[in-house]
Amino acid sequence: MTEKPKNYSRRDFLKTTGIATGALIGGGLIGGLVGLNANKTDQEVSEGTINHEMATNQGFQFFQNQREFDVLSNATERIFPKDDLGPGAIDLGVPYFIDRQLAAQYGSNTKEYMHGPFAVGAKTQGYQSRLTRASIFRQGIAQLEEEASKRFEKGFSSLEAEQMDEILTAFQNDEVPMTGVTSAFFFRLLRTATLEGAYADPMYGGNRNMDGWKMKEFPGHQMAYINVIEEEKFQKIEPKSLSGM
Amino acid sequence: MATTLPKVDVVVVGLGWTGGIIAAECAKAGLKVIGLERGRKRGTEDYQKIHDEYRYAVRYELMQDLSKETITIRNNRKMPALPMRQLSSFLLGDGLGGSGTHWNGHTWRFYPYDFQIKTMTDEKYGPNKLSSDYLLQDWGVTYDELEPYFYKYDQTAGISGEDKNPFWGKRAQDFPTPPMKRTPILKKFEGATKSLGYSPFMLPSANLSEAYTNPDGEVITACQYCGFCERFGCEYGAKTSPEITVIPTAIKTGNFEARFHANVMEVIKSGNKVTGVRYLDTQSGEEFIQEAEVVVLASYVMNNAKLLMVSNIGEQYDPETGKGTLGKNYCYQILPGATGYFEEQMNTFMGAGALGMSIDDYNADNFDHSDLDFIHGGSISITQTGYRPIETNPIQQGTPTWGAEFKKNSIYNYTRTLSIGAQGASMPHKENYLSLDSKYKDVYGLPLLQMTYNFTDQDRALHKYITEISTNIMKEMGAKTIEGKVAITDYDIVGYQTTHNTGGTIMGANPENSVVNPFLQHWDAENLFVVGAGNFPHNGGYNPTGTVAALAYKSAEGIIKYSKSGGSLV
Ligand SMILES: Cc1cc2nc3c(=O)[nH]c(=O)nc-3n(C[C@H](O)[C@H](O)[C@H](O)COP(=O)(O)OP(=O)(O)OC[C@H]3O[C@@H](n4cnc5c(N)ncnc54)[C@H](O)[C@@H]3O)c2cc1C
Ligand code: SF4
Repeated sequence: MTEKPKNYSRRDFLKTTGIATGALIGGGLIGGLVGLNANKTDQEVSEGTINHEMATNQGFQFFQNQREFDVLSNATERIFPKDDLGPGAIDLGVPYFIDRQLAAQYGSNTKEYMHGPFAVGAKTQGYQSRLTRASIFRQGIAQLEEEASKRFEKGFSSLEAEQMDEILTAFQNDEVPMTGVTSAFFFRLLRTATLEGAYADPMYGGNRNMDGWKMKEFPGHQMAYINVIEEEKFQKIEPKSLSGM
Repeated sequence: MATTLPKVDVVVVGLGWTGGIIAAECAKAGLKVIGLERGRKRGTEDYQKIHDEYRYAVRYELMQDLSKETITIRNNRKMPALPMRQLSSFLLGDGLGGSGTHWNGHTWRFYPYDFQIKTMTDEKYGPNKLSSDYLLQDWGVTYDELEPYFYKYDQTAGISGEDKNPFWGKRAQDFPTPPMKRTPILKKFEGATKSLGYSPFMLPSANLSEAYTNPDGEVITACQYCGFCERFGCEYGAKTSPEITVIPTAIKTGNFEARFHANVMEVIKSGNKVTGVRYLDTQSGEEFIQEAEVVVLASYVMNNAKLLMVSNIGEQYDPETGKGTLGKNYCYQILPGATGYFEEQMNTFMGAGALGMSIDDYNADNFDHSDLDFIHGGSISITQTGYRPIETNPIQQGTPTWGAEFKKNSIYNYTRTLSIGAQGASMPHKENYLSLDSKYKDVYGLPLLQMTYNFTDQDRALHKYITEISTNIMKEMGAKTIEGKVAITDYDIVGYQTTHNTGGTIMGANPENSVVNPFLQHWDAENLFVVGAGNFPHNGGYNPTGTVAALAYKSAEGIIKYSKSGGSLV
């Protein structure tokens, strides 16, 4: 068991944390409090070039060709588009986030019950597919392409925004045939993964520059709000990522 | 072939709150205790980089691995049951501390009314208030009998609160530590409920308002309001959990040993006693039989029921005949409430798991139900737990769920939305129960536990009523737009609701209607104790752990007594 600090009062605890209990709580608390008081400027490299470089330079862990990746990218961008508030899914790195997740536990459903027999079941019984998320994405993306060529005689990535929306809506409304899973389920997965990529800690490859957090005014990983929790005024706090610890 | 290990005084299955409490109390009393936990060892040092919503809250890092074991679910007996393939509706614990590691810390004592619900309902409203489909019964223990055990848990956990609720059961002593901070968000609720004539008070919290040393000498530090509490471990050791309190207490005695990666698969019974448990070391693949004078099941509602079923101990409940007690009275909870959209920005991302204010004017039998078609009610609270950006995307009804308008709205509302929520009590129904599945198995080859469950008319009526009250409070709080929770229809396994599952191994005053006696001693095996929210004959209008812990302390006292004198404790 970890050694516990003696019975400090809260004040003492805060005052002496760095010296007396540094080992227990790491540098985190100090960093957090300094951050709150001093609001030091964001040390991440700022927008522009790095975004672009990262966007084209990362390589794939799951996808095998650019075409699939572009379909995914465009679909996520329609779900979470760039606007006057800030970047959309592509600039946030969401497609790379999803690529990495599909190559990992998430994609292979390693923490889920995947034994048969499989049956469709009632809506209240939840996810019942034998397919992993990786296979659902692969099939879903192929189906987005298929639907694009059926409706507009083009690849999905060459469509106008409204045409993409029409197709995504058809998926959402479960109007597109898929095997072993419904198109509505694929759409839900895609939507959820897009939001995860927009707002997860940047160490996962999305939420680039913490821009997702900045738009939402969420300060990310702060160690403590004890000094400001009683303030009436809205607190604008420079966000922090775990990777910056 | 399983290797048989030397007999000990007590073997405890599972090391969450219940297992931890039993282990600490028995070890302090000089009994040799072994704790078997299927998950891993973990502690505060593992939570230093835990402010990671994706890994811990969304991908359930600290919770049960369903690839090994899950349950099957159906809404009624006519449906085929299917596996819960992903966690969602409730989050099962795993590893040292169990769910006590990533709980919020709301710490309640059920009402005097809860423990004698059958008697008190009949007395006040006559015997036909609910139809005979509802299996209401007293618990075999009263609030007054439990009061000292409630206080024992308050002291062990250092609960922060104020004794200002005019309705709840009498407390012999005040809370060990003062309430948490009243934030502007809580004050909004406080002002509104006061002006409506209700009695708001600070929610009793295991996120401590100040550093505290408990009677066993364990130190809990002060909460920093970091906003990453529920679903996360606390990096400060400020959220009371088994691994910073009862487990170290047990270890200090020298009488306790924890074994990890030890998945218990069977309780071995012989005559009217049990002899020990069979478990698998999931790392080596070896099987062991741990013999013990006393076996304690503390492996949560689901696994406690399952272990009794696969070990053939007790009679399985049959909804057709009404016979049998094992698996009976499974209850859940319902969550009425309202969401309000405001114009001003608020610090919604700050908070703590149990930072909140509540009213109990509509809980238990604190209001007259004569003209209502339900009994009981729920505590109505506002909690400021810290909104997290992936999972908090508030949009008003009618707003598209994706695209430009969604983005704009969800971002705008993120710091301008508040919710009031209630823990609605749930009454047992003859068609809601737990049993074994005949088709699906876990990785150890055992059948999965099967849940047959749906919301009942009582639930739906209560939900509607409390939602209206919550909506009124939200109006009084000054929200620009208000949305009451949508009426409930069928229970759905998708979407988090609560991990407040109850029943299945219920307690009571006689073996005809319960699995265990008021010391949680099994009626059919005197040296077997089954501890957890599974003991609740119905679910109340609060989170369960305060009551679960009080029962665990009472049970520990019973186990110590049993180990000296044997026999039935009642
Ligand atoms: C996100 C979340 C928030 C919550 N917030 C609150 C709250 O604010 N207030 C409140 O009152 N309650 C809350 N709860 C509920 C609370 O956590 C539980 O009531 C409590 O932890 C139950 O304790 P327990 O000991 O019965 O079970 P658990 O904590 O689940 O412990 C059981 C242990 O048994 C182990 N186990 C299971 N099967 C086996 C086996 N076969 N062999 C060996 N070991 C096994 C598990 O790994 C686990 O460690 C919350 C729960 C969750 C998930
Ligand atoms: S909110 Fe408080 S109790 Fe919860 S994790 Fe943060 S510091 Fe710990």
